[in-house]
Amino acid sequence: MNLDNLPILSMLIWLPILGGIWTLIIGDQQERVVKHFSFIISISTFLLSVLLYYQFDNDFLGMQFVEEFYWIESFSIKYHLGVDGIALPLIILTTFTTILVIVAAWEVIDKNISYYMCSFLVLTGLMNGVFVALDSILFYVFWEAMLIPMFLIIGIWGGPNRVYATIKFFLYTFFGSVFMLVALLYLYSVTGSFNIQLSQEAPLGLTAQKLIFIAFFLAFAVKIPMWPVHTWLPDAHVEAPTGGSVILAAIMLKMGGYGFLRFSLPIAPDASLYFANTMILLSLIAIVYIGFVALVQEDMKKLIAYSSISHMGFVTLGFFIPFGIIAATNSNAGAVMGMEGAMMQMISHGFISAALFLCVGVMYDRLHSRMIKDYGGVVNSMPYFAAFMMLFAMANSGLPGTSGFVGEFLVILSSFKLNFWIAFTAALTLILGAAYTLWMYKRVIFGEAIREEVSELKDIDAREGFILFLLAGVILLFGVWPAPLFDVMHVTIQQLIDHISQTKIL
Amino acid sequence: MFNHMETIYLSIVLAPLLGSLVAGLFGNSIGRAGAHWVTIIGVAISSLLSMIVYKHHVINSAPDYNEAVYTWLTSGGIDFQIGFLIDPLSATMMVVVSFVSWMIHIYTIGYMHDDPGYQRFFSYISLFTFAMLMLVMSNNFLQLFFGWEAVGLVSYLLIGFWYKKESAIFANLKAFIVNRVGDFGFLLGIAAILMYFNTLDYIDVFNNLEQHKDTTITIINGESWSVMTVICLSLFIGAMGKSAQVPLHVWLPDSMEGPTPISALIHAATMVTAGIFMVSRMSPLFELSVTTLNFILVIGSITALFMGLLGLVQNDIKRVVAYSTLSQLGYMTVALGASAYAAAMFHLVTHAFFKALLFLAAGAVIIVMHHEQDMRKMGGLFKYMPITSITCLVGTLALIGFPGTSGFFSKDIIIEAVHHSTLPASNFAYYAVLSGVFVTALYSFRLFFMTFFGKENMNRETWKNLHEAPAVVTTPLLVLAVPSLLLGLFLVEPLLTGNYFGSAIYVSPEHDVLSKISAEYHGVFYFITHAFLYPPVYLAFLGIFVAWLCYIKYPDLPGKFVNRIEFIHQILINKYGFDKFNQIVFASGARKIGSFLSQFGDTKIIDGLIVNGSAKSIRVFSNIIRNIQSGYLYHYAFAVIIGLLSLLAIFVHGLPH
Repeated sequence: MNLDNLPILSMLIWLPILGGIWTLIIGDQQERVVKHFSFIISISTFLLSVLLYYQFDNDFLGMQFVEEFYWIESFSIKYHLGVDGIALPLIILTTFTTILVIVAAWEVIDKNISYYMCSFLVLTGLMNGVFVALDSILFYVFWEAMLIPMFLIIGIWGGPNRVYATIKFFLYTFFGSVFMLVALLYLYSVTGSFNIQLSQEAPLGLTAQKLIFIAFFLAFAVKIPMWPVHTWLPDAHVEAPTGGSVILAAIMLKMGGYGFLRFSLPIAPDASLYFANTMILLSLIAIVYIGFVALVQEDMKKLIAYSSISHMGFVTLGFFIPFGIIAATNSNAGAVMGMEGAMMQMISHGFISAALFLCVGVMYDRLHSRMIKDYGGVVNSMPYFAAFMMLFAMANSGLPGTSGFVGEFLVILSSFKLNFWIAFTAALTLILGAAYTLWMYKRVIFGEAIREEVSELKDIDAREGFILFLLAGVILLFGVWPAPLFDVMHVTIQQLIDHISQTKIL
Repeated sequence: MFNHMETIYLSIVLAPLLGSLVAGLFGNSIGRAGAHWVTIIGVAISSLLSMIVYKHHVINSAPDYNEAVYTWLTSGGIDFQIGFLIDPLSATMMVVVSFVSWMIHIYTIGYMHDDPGYQRFFSYISLFTFAMLMLVMSNNFLQLFFGWEAVGLVSYLLIGFWYKKESAIFANLKAFIVNRVGDFGFLLGIAAILMYFNTLDYIDVFNNLEQHKDTTITIINGESWSVMTVICLSLFIGAMGKSAQVPLHVWLPDSMEGPTPISALIHAATMVTAGIFMVSRMSPLFELSVTTLNFILVIGSITALFMGLLGLVQNDIKRVVAYSTLSQLGYMTVALGASAYAAAMFHLVTHAFFKALLFLAAGAVIIVMHHEQDMRKMGGLFKYMPITSITCLVGTLALIGFPGTSGFFSKDIIIEAVHHSTLPASNFAYYAVLSGVFVTALYSFRLFFMTFFGKENMNRETWKNLHEAPAVVTTPLLVLAVPSLLLGLFLVEPLLTGNYFGSAIYVSPEHDVLSKISAEYHGVFYFITHAFLYPPVYLAFLGIFVAWLCYIKYPDLPGKFVNRIEFIHQILINKYGFDKFNQIVFASGARKIGSFLSQFGDTKIIDGLIVNGSAKSIRVFSNIIRNIQSGYLYHYAFAVIIGLLSLLAIFVHGLPH
């Protein structure tokens, strides 16, 4: 079989979706089959993404593995897929995380297991679709369709207040994406095509760019999320089942970041420059304000959710710092570092937040509480678990040697080039991040086990250990040797920086 | 030859890492003995190889080694690399770190003998050795920062080693966060270096200093700062955190909650001196900022004197030694400020040996006293523990700078250097370090007399079981006593006259105080006798005498004296109020800000007003609209007729203008 001509991108979308639907056909009665089948599907999808990585040409400028057919010819809507150095790492992150959530659900989900597995597998396919779609309508379809399985995951397997959370989640994100649709339609009227790459090239006046930027901003800022449109996230996380939280934090937030890189920045570069200072300000508020808010959370999931928002502040900071640097220095050299740092931060946060939510899940499965005060002294009964969580907590605090350090480090280095005070404010995360993460760790893990339930906790089993070990491995690997990830994205990021440094106003 | 040396450098860092991983991951299967053997062998390899490196680079003066091991990542045209710079400075640190660590590994067998976390402890201290070696061997700021934070991590893990103790897990969190405050400054310094030099490689930065000597940066509107000052101040803030300088010193006394071997290894001999090492390593940068040097002098002298004073009122044996560490770190910092980097490094080395010795001796006492640390419940231990007592005496004499001991040479050179310095802050610093000599002698001999002499104040149970510590404990004490006593005699000459550090340390000619001292140097014995012409020696003797008076001759004297100066005593007991201030302003302050932002900002404004507010207004609006869609056919028919009539009216009369 010739692997070179496989439609890998389509397979990455449809294999998990069809697999997911098949689990429904297998049905809840054959629980074991459902589990094994979904596991195999998730592994195969992951292997496909690995294959994609091996066949990907790091030095190639432009989209690779392109697939292009007419879908709705009368509107020139195409089934148009392709992958570049920005999408590839996110796809691998998606397929990797899917394995984790499938295994994590193994013994935990007891109602409607086939529906559960189906939701996650379909979600994976749709998320891959978002990352590879090059036709904006196709993108929009994947983007909105993604909400449905997530809505179901929180609504069916979620906590007691799940209805409020799902509606808030749905309305919040739907509200944003409607404006995106308007922007996409406007772009169609300009270019006569839904081709995203053509939109990126199309010249646009400043006013049009500003309106487009705002429309996209409403969609992506809610998703990533930026302050002040972040309040849906803590609620959604608290009510979501562990797997839902993992996908939400590890991948769905990255959709917002991806959107900025694929749409806002290249389509409206002049507006991005115009709004850069505002965006930088919002990012810094997210980093500091949310850091303080995270400090006082009493619910572990809420705390990690806030920590995610604060970490995403580095992503948006890294996206908009380059505009200032290019404007100030007239050279693109310094800008790349901020953008690549932001990409790294997205990937790394995927691993770390997934790990932390899984840790909370491990404890929740045993004690059915997410409140910090219900724990204390967990290390006495769960030493292996405590060791893993220590590593993840340190990674969350951005310790060098873990992946959590790399992105923050590069973004801070890069922001210093723009302004001392931006770097100063961003670097406060060193103190705040350590404070909220380790204070939580101290109260949950260290100390005497005062409650009897805590002292009788069972340590992690092989299944849980396997998941946490995988995550620990990648977090350390990318901390010690992040170079491979950067090699994948250099060409694409450089091209993006060159693109946004040119004005589109004629 | 070089390939061969490269293997050695790599083995030096990897051997302890491997030991740590084996002991940590497979601790249960290899057992307690397995864990201590594998880590001790790892560190022993590291230590012996470090000696080879030392011989190669310091004694045989081989050329410096500066190469990358691998590229961490490339971004924005800059290669971030991991690599080694081996010169006399790093070679010296490597020997000190790996050797002290080796001794402490051995000591730990005895000290942690009954502890359930035995394997974990060995894993941690080996991991620490790895991180510290990465720090000192680095050839770039990235790896320096990695080592810097990694030693902080291990310090955090070890202070909280007894994780059930509330005070220990409070102390480790405090240590980590205070260190992070320093690291915050450090990171900004690194960012500034990258911005101006476009590299994080030490040598590349040093070679391009000329370009940015006079560059300025605007930080606050209209105020332009020298870039060098901004860089050096930021880096020094990092050093203040790690090397516990006022006001970032607060974590070090609390770190004594950890087991004693790590107080010796991490919180006395090695990690806390990382800041001193870093500034020495960066001497070409610091020489370009006189502002920073003055700042360093002030901070160092405040730490040297005022932290020493706190040692006078502590009754916990480990805390006395901890405050003495703070004070000695202050001495080293003062030397840095006076541009006597070599003297700071000299004191760092001698201090590493004698302070490790003092901590281990204190630890030996603590084991025998069944984990009692209050000196008021000790006394008269000399006859039960002669080896511990005598080695402790050696450490104490070195600490107070008794003529001939290693500490004498290093401290005397520092005091002389400050004396010769012409910086504005040097006057204040000189008097501070001079008074510090008296204070040091007083609290050191207070400790020595209260512990080993005088009335036996322990309870009967303990008293019956008094005995000398086991051989695994006393052997490291004896081994460490040798350099504590003699090292100065051997090092003083190459250091003052032999250009010991080669090109690793740079001092600009106008700051070169050490050359003035070396001009007056005429051999070791002359140096010792010459010291009797100056006050420090007499101040030390006076300190011993006063201690003898107060704690041997008239034991009720201190009590009476304290009553006279109750106010000052209270200030000292409260440690100048730093802890209280931090607790109220920073710890509770941050929580209050957090609660405010969470409850007011997120819940009330964003969710209450905007999100749920819009939801509510939609509901209000839709309630009105809903009334129209009643579902009754006659309502709709009525609406249709009204609409039709309106449209007709418009057609006939046109739209109203």
